[in-house]
Order: sequence, then C-alpha cells, then structure tokens
Amino acid sequence: MLDDTPSKTKPLVAVDNLKMHFPIYGGLLRRRTGEVKAVDGVSFDIFEGETLGLVGESGCGKSTVGRALLRLYELTDGTVKIDDYDIAHASPEALRKMRPTMQMIFQDPQASLNPRMTVADIIGEPLREHDTGSKLEREDRVLELMDQVGLNRDFANRYPHEFSGGQRQRIGIARALALNPKFIVCDEPIAALDVSIQAQVVNLLEELQDSLGLTYLFISHDLSMVRHIADRVAVMYLGRIVELAPREEIYSDPLHPYTKALLSAVPEPDPSIESKVERVILTGDVPSPSNPPKGCNFCTRCPSVMDVCKQIEPTFQEVRPGRYLACHLFEDTAQITDESAANGAG
Amino acid sequence: MPDGALPVLDVRDLKTVFKTRSGEVHAVNSVTFDVKPGELLGVVGESGSGKSVTMMSLIGLLPSPPADVKDGQVLFGGQDLLKINPNDLRHVRGGEIGFVFQDPMTSLNPVFNVGFQITEPLRIHMGLNKQQARDRAVELLELVGIPDAARRLKDFPHQFSGGMRQRVMIAIALACDPKVLIADEPTTALDVTIQAQIIELVKELREKLGMAIIWITHDLGVIAGIADRVMVMYGGQVVEQAPVRELFGNPQHPYTRALLQTIPSVRGARAEKLNVIEGQPPILAGAPQACPFRDRCPNRFERCDRENPARRAVGAAGHDAACHYDFTAGGPYAG
Repeated sequence: MLDDTPSKTKPLVAVDNLKMHFPIYGGLLRRRTGEVKAVDGVSFDIFEGETLGLVGESGCGKSTVGRALLRLYELTDGTVKIDDYDIAHASPEALRKMRPTMQMIFQDPQASLNPRMTVADIIGEPLREHDTGSKLEREDRVLELMDQVGLNRDFANRYPHEFSGGQRQRIGIARALALNPKFIVCDEPIAALDVSIQAQVVNLLEELQDSLGLTYLFISHDLSMVRHIADRVAVMYLGRIVELAPREEIYSDPLHPYTKALLSAVPEPDPSIESKVERVILTGDVPSPSNPPKGCNFCTRCPSVMDVCKQIEPTFQEVRPGRYLACHLFEDTAQITDESAANGAG
Repeated sequence: MPDGALPVLDVRDLKTVFKTRSGEVHAVNSVTFDVKPGELLGVVGESGSGKSVTMMSLIGLLPSPPADVKDGQVLFGGQDLLKINPNDLRHVRGGEIGFVFQDPMTSLNPVFNVGFQITEPLRIHMGLNKQQARDRAVELLELVGIPDAARRLKDFPHQFSGGMRQRVMIAIALACDPKVLIADEPTTALDVTIQAQIIELVKELREKLGMAIIWITHDLGVIAGIADRVMVMYGGQVVEQAPVRELFGNPQHPYTRALLQTIPSVRGARAEKLNVIEGQPPILAGAPQACPFRDRCPNRFERCDRENPARRAVGAAGHDAACHYDFTAGGPYAG
C-alpha cells in the first residue's frame, strides 16, 4: 500500500495546473460573453497502484477533471502526464496509441452501453479498434474478461437491456479492462446502483486492482464509499482542490473548513452515534462557476472566514508531510512561524 | 410523540398490481402500516421494493391502467381513500395530505412562476382570495428559509438552485396545513451539504407544525437521523418494522441485518472488505408464494420456499419482522 512506501513509487499520472474553461456565448451575435471556469488550476499526482478519491458536490468540476485527464476535452491550460507521456499536447495519432493505457468507467451503465450491440461486441470493441489478435483470440479474450468481472459466459450474446444495473456496470468494467490499461478513471461508477449492489461493484474494483495492479481515479460524491476504496482523497470545491491528504488523516482530522462541513453533513447509519455528531450546517449555495467570488472560492459560505479570504486567493501547498491544503487559516500560521523564526534568527 | 394515540393514517392489506404486456407485476403485496399524529415514519428499501408505489397508491396517483389497486383499505379521517369519489379525493390530496417528490427539477411546472404554484392549492383548497393567498405564500417561503420571499414569488423554477427548489416543493406541500406529509426521496437528488440543510429544516418544521411525516429513502443514514419508527420494504412487502433505535440496534430480518453491514461509514473503524448481499432483487411477477428474500438469504431453510412468512412480533414493543428464522433463539420458529 502507498502509505508504507511513498518514496519508492513514482507518479503514474502527474497533473499540473489543469484548467478547463468552457465558453459562454450570448447576445444577438452569439459572441463570447464569458466562460464557465469548471476546473481552474488543479495540480495533483496519482502514484502507481493507488486509488485517488476525488470528492465534491455536483458542479464542482470533479467529472470534468476525470474527462480532461483522458483528454476527452481540449484543455484550456496545464499539463497532464500519464506514464511520463504528455497527454495534453499529443497529436491525435499519438494520443490514439496511448489510449489503451487509460480507460474510463462511466456513471450510467444504461447510457454508456450501446443497446444494439451484444455483450460480446461491446467488450470486444476496444480489441477490434486497436487491432489486437485474430477473431478467435479476441473471442477468447472477451470470455476471459467476462470471467474476470463475474459475468456468466453464456450471456455473451445477450443485449444490455437483459441485464440488471449491477451486471451492466460489470460489462462496462470488462470493456475498460479489455486493453490491459494501467490507469482507469471511474466516474461515479456506483452512483446509479442500489446500496446492496454498490458493495458488490466496489469489491470487484478492489479485487481487480490487486490482481492487475491498476491505478484508479475514483470520482464520487459518496464520502463513505470513497473512504473505503481510496488510498488518498482530494476534495474539490468550485473548480479547485481545497484539500488532498491520505485517507485516514482526512477523515479523522480534516483541516479545510469545507472538508469539515462536508464530512459532518454525511448522515450516520446508527442512531446512537447520529445524535452525537456535531453538524456544521453550511448556509447558502455554491456560487456560479462563471462568476466565482474574489479571493478564496469558499469565502461566501465559510464559517471561519477572515478579511484576507475575500481579497487573496489561497495557494495550494503542502502544510504537513503528504497533506496539501488551500486555506488562509493554515497559510497564516505558516507565515507567522516563519516570521518569528526569522526574527529570532535576526 | 404521544403514545397510544389513534393513527392519523391507517393502511391495511394494500395490494397494487401493474398489468403489462409481459404479464402482471405485483409491486405491492399486502402492505399494512399506520402513522400516528406527529410521528416520522421512515420507509427504507432498494429501488423496485415498492416503497414509492405504496405511497402513490394511497392517494390514487397511479394511472389506471396499467396500475390497479386490487385490495386493501386506506383509512384517513374516518373514510377509506380507496373508495371515496374522485372529487373528495382531490380535496384530500394536496389539502390534507401533502406530497414532496424526489426530483425538484421535474416536479415544478417550468412555465408558471413559483408564486402561482404555491397560491394555487391555497385558493382551491382553502378558498383564500388572491391577496390572502399571496400573503400566506410569502409566509410559507419564509418558513422554509428562502430569503427575500416576497420578491422571489415572481421568479420561475429555473431561477432557483436545486436545494431552493426542494424548499419550494416543501412549501407547496405544507401550504394547506396537511395532517400527513409524504416525502418521496426528498433529498436524494441533492448534495450532502444541501441535504443536511433540508433535514434540519424538516426537523424544525415538525416541531413547529406537528404533522405526521412519511419519509421514503434508500439512505439508512438519513433515516437514523430523523425517524421515530422505520419500516423496511423488500420485494413489495414490509419485511421489518420497529422504532428506530431498536431497528438499528437489534435487527431481526436477515435483509435488514445484511443491509446494515453493507453500508460503509465515514466515522469509526474502516472495514478491510465490504460485506455484500449476493444476488439480485427479485422480479415481482405473480403473487408471492414464498419468501421474496430467500435466494439471497444466509438463513434460508426448507420452509422459506414453501410459505411466505407473515409479520410476527419480535424483540421489544412495536417491533415485528416477516421471517421464519428466530435470531434470538438461533433457529427456525416452531409455529
């Protein structure tokens, strides 16, 4: 596991200052009148074999990050390196050659499977696209994949509508595994499933990670599931990462006020604990990403807001080993200690 | 909560069947429950367990055909809602029983402003004139915590955020001082921080208004926080029913037990591996002849295939479960 040997593993995915702005066109001439800053300067690494959980509320840009990482969008700015290869600026041909390394599992298994293709066709399509092996070899590989994800081989010629939600998600997972990827973006893979089925799919993803050495970016709004599957967790708010830390630390000792509020808002499935949980109830709604507030993005809802928060944007920096944070509360203490140290020395 | 008070809503033996081209679907099978004044009843179940269909059958919201409420009684205010004429039912619906739907995006009418949608039930059910209805609407929006209420009456649903829209829905449901509020997954479409706001709001409103609430959800965490009593549904049946602490502390149905072990938590110890309930929920074709949970049940034995278990009293007062297996004794029931 990552926590034991952080120095030995190298980052498989390195994201630096990723920006994804979508233009807004308005007025009679449909001129560009503004932009939605869906992702506004995000930097993080994902190490080989680890799961990075990316959490946040709807509209915070977490899915956009996932898609931008695989360059399903043209990036506005920043670099994305997967396996030391710059995805953000690769030519289409070069990018196509890179595609087998990186795959995606989508949120809605109903919408992401073609209803007119059989299961075998769906799982075999990436193999056909990337010309691997003969027809017979491909068929063998499809059946092997179906075994891996726990689908009955006899169902190879059935259509997606004949399966339940959990089984459909298994088809999507098998398709993502077809080309032996190193890195998989899981975009809310369990959000559309029932509680009792969610655990089945999460366990499957964990087993596959152990046996195939996969690296996941696990995007979800379900904080309790992320706590289960992720090694490190990044919390996003309005297009920026506000906190990134190892799982145990972020859940037991959240530093950023938003992370605190988010974690305290999760209901506890035990009435005896539930009544003791101290809630931080945030007031108001998330501001619009087309017109984010000046200074810190969270300053309009933050319970411990200061004057500086409304003026200056906090920088995303390492405040303790392995813990990254963008908050003035912790920047100030750093500055004060620096100053006193400098004074003491001078 | 007053103990032993007469239930405000009493549902007995409700059966709803959908007639489809590929045969009948028995979505609700002999569901019996009641709600007392001022009580919050939580209804938990997976999708397809019949929780929404049950509540919609109660007040005749299902189109017939294909739906057919075959059997049962819904006693409310001394009359059977399944037998009264459609005109009287209209007065109950929206007037004495309020309904909050899951998706605030689609349950408000996009072409009318919010003010019109709140005043409509007030003018129809309570006979208020335009000015009175407007004043009451402002009062209601303030009650559910929408700032600058008087001005926002003229706004259209798309000008509100998701959480604010759900507040508007709650305001509409509360407009005529209902005796019972049925909330069908009211926070499922919302983010956790907004969900926490809505839950706080409902807790407050309950204290102020003292109505009975039926809260449908699949999230056991939400239930643990707000419910007085919980009803667990599976395969169109009530499988367990108990006061909230009793249900979480001493679950007596294998489905409830498994469900409580499946969900991970953000607090406390973290399990290395999640417990799963193997298999899939049942397909509800045909009236149930055997226990609906038997294919996924770890305690299954021969009687489960033969006989659909009836609800029997277990554990503390007010606790019942539909299972042939006695967990306290560690073996099958004799009778």
